Amino acid sequence: MAGGTYEKYKSDGSIGGNVLEWVDARFPATSMWRGHLSEYYAPKNFNFWYFFGSLAMLVLVIQIVTGIFLTMHYKPDAALNANGVPIAFASVEYIMRDVPGGWLIRYMHSTGASAFFIVVYLHMFRGLIYGSYRKPRELTWLFGVGIFLVLMGEAFFGYLLPWGQMSYWGAQVIVNLFGAIPVIGNDLSILIRGDFVVGDATLNRFFSFHVIAFPLILLGLVAAHILALHETGSNNPDGIEIKANKDENGIPRDGIPFHPYYSVKDIVGVVVFLMVFSAVLFWAPEGAGMFLETPNFYPADPLKTPPHIAPVWYFTPYYSILRAVVWNFFGLDAKFWGVVAMGASVVIFAFLPWLDRSPVKSIRYRGPITKVMITLFVICFFILGYLGTQSPSPMGELVSQICTVFYFGFFLAMPWWSRMDKFKPVPERVTMK
Amino acid sequence: MKKFLIALLFAPVLALAAGGNVHLDKWPGSVSDKAALQNGAKLFVNYCLNCHGASYMRYQNLKDLGLTEQQVKDNLMFASDKIGGLMAVAARSDEQKQWFGATPPDLTIIARARGELGNAGAGADWLYTYLRTFYQDNKRPTGWNNVAFEAVGMPHILWELQGTQVMNHETHKLELAVPGKMSPAEYDKAISDLVGFMVWMGEPQQEFRRKLGFGVLAFLFVLFLLAYALKKNYWKDIH
Repeated sequence: MAGGTYEKYKSDGSIGGNVLEWVDARFPATSMWRGHLSEYYAPKNFNFWYFFGSLAMLVLVIQIVTGIFLTMHYKPDAALNANGVPIAFASVEYIMRDVPGGWLIRYMHSTGASAFFIVVYLHMFRGLIYGSYRKPRELTWLFGVGIFLVLMGEAFFGYLLPWGQMSYWGAQVIVNLFGAIPVIGNDLSILIRGDFVVGDATLNRFFSFHVIAFPLILLGLVAAHILALHETGSNNPDGIEIKANKDENGIPRDGIPFHPYYSVKDIVGVVVFLMVFSAVLFWAPEGAGMFLETPNFYPADPLKTPPHIAPVWYFTPYYSILRAVVWNFFGLDAKFWGVVAMGASVVIFAFLPWLDRSPVKSIRYRGPITKVMITLFVICFFILGYLGTQSPSPMGELVSQICTVFYFGFFLAMPWWSRMDKFKPVPERVTMK
Repeated sequence: MKKFLIALLFAPVLALAAGGNVHLDKWPGSVSDKAALQNGAKLFVNYCLNCHGASYMRYQNLKDLGLTEQQVKDNLMFASDKIGGLMAVAARSDEQKQWFGATPPDLTIIARARGELGNAGAGADWLYTYLRTFYQDNKRPTGWNNVAFEAVGMPHILWELQGTQVMNHETHKLELAVPGKMSPAEYDKAISDLVGFMVWMGEPQQEFRRKLGFGVLAFLFVLFLLAYALKKNYWKDIH
């Protein structure tokens, strides 16, 4: 178990053994290996939904490695080159054409950004249906929400870097939102941009945030997320604690060592994921205009506002919530309340461990109310996401308002509806379905 | 509640209706037709490259169309003598802005930029329609207007080839008033080739990318079989 003490490695007299003994006397190699892999006991009944944590790690590695190579050739410079094109924009096309294998690295990074959000959303959904955020895993969940927030920032900063039309105007719109905050708003948005409009200063600081600051925070939070998980042990589709039932050696009867059982199982998940990832990357890298938006093939032009500015798909549910708020309250502008609602719609996930009052964790032993509420929540999330890609319309506004109300109602009324449900008896031991 | 249900039902329909645009003719060409791409390249450097740059593209990459370096130098290089040079335009952008009211956009990735959400191929269709729907309009400073691009700044550069079309304001259809050097069918083929070249130029390695995809997927499929067998073997005692 993680954090436990293990006997130090004893050499068998071979050179390799001697080296390992020398290292292990000075570094917790054996205890880390055993505590986190070979003697970390995970429930044996993980299903499909349990692939997405390791896949998120894989995508993180893909993004970091491809990002390192992109940084070697990309130039964060908004000045125009001899042909009248911004240097940053031209450097992306240089990577696509003149850098050997550059197109592959660039598409891996752009497809990886969308893939990251897909696997993270599925990973979060898993937590929602099996109650993985419940006691004693609240901190694991909170670190996870932190990862999600930082990931959104990371994606937002990265999206400016190609310096296309949508990069530019998307950043302009989002940074302007901070201007809606009373008193400090205007100065705050100037501080973020480093200029009165999005410009070279903005590009350079976003580049710095994207390649240094946020990846560092992200890695720290991922480490904390996994350490907290390994302290409590994993939840499972039955939502029962395997540690409650241990054998005479203190090993959970329903647990199996993560390595080799889940390491070999996760390899299957990784290969299937890579097949889907490669199919997009090689045959539809634009993702039908969702992963690489077509207006972003025009270089940024501060004098030409595109007719329709929409964020990338993974931000559109929150963007819809922002647009849904059209009323002034307490003498403050609707735009401000929209920003508040948008921020709240993301941060509210952090309160789930305390909002959910159901006596059982897993959806398997919860009744129709839970199933209906979660289904409606997912439908609302998709509708909000769809509307966020569209131009504003009166009907769209009404629908997004209804969905926004339900979105918040789902969370805020959870202490009541999660208790009202009918529950089935929870089994003593995990089930292999 | 009723209003909510109606709104829910019609949201996608309304959203689609809002995007109503000019009907686009489907581009009939293919980026794997090397002869067509070569013809398109010839048209591009002769007619487009005088005002529009293709400044992310190098002349030497035209060799990928099945040409030798000498053929590229002899037939496709008028503005530069360096095979490794970019296909930039000689005219200065501020001067061009004076002449046309706007700087002619760089065309290297125009076929990608003209794509649409849900249909990346729409860029080719748009270009194919645009280059065939110029018509005479004496209200415009250049004397030309366009069906796909209302009040366009560019005059009809290919009028000698296509001839002069006029708009019949009763049928809202274009009619060929003065025939050009090419028959309508020949002109359509030439434009198809030109569009093909622009689609190819938007991502010159696209054919290789698609082919490589099959190799990668085949490799991953084999890897999947091995990984699955390995997992099955390890897990055979877990019940």
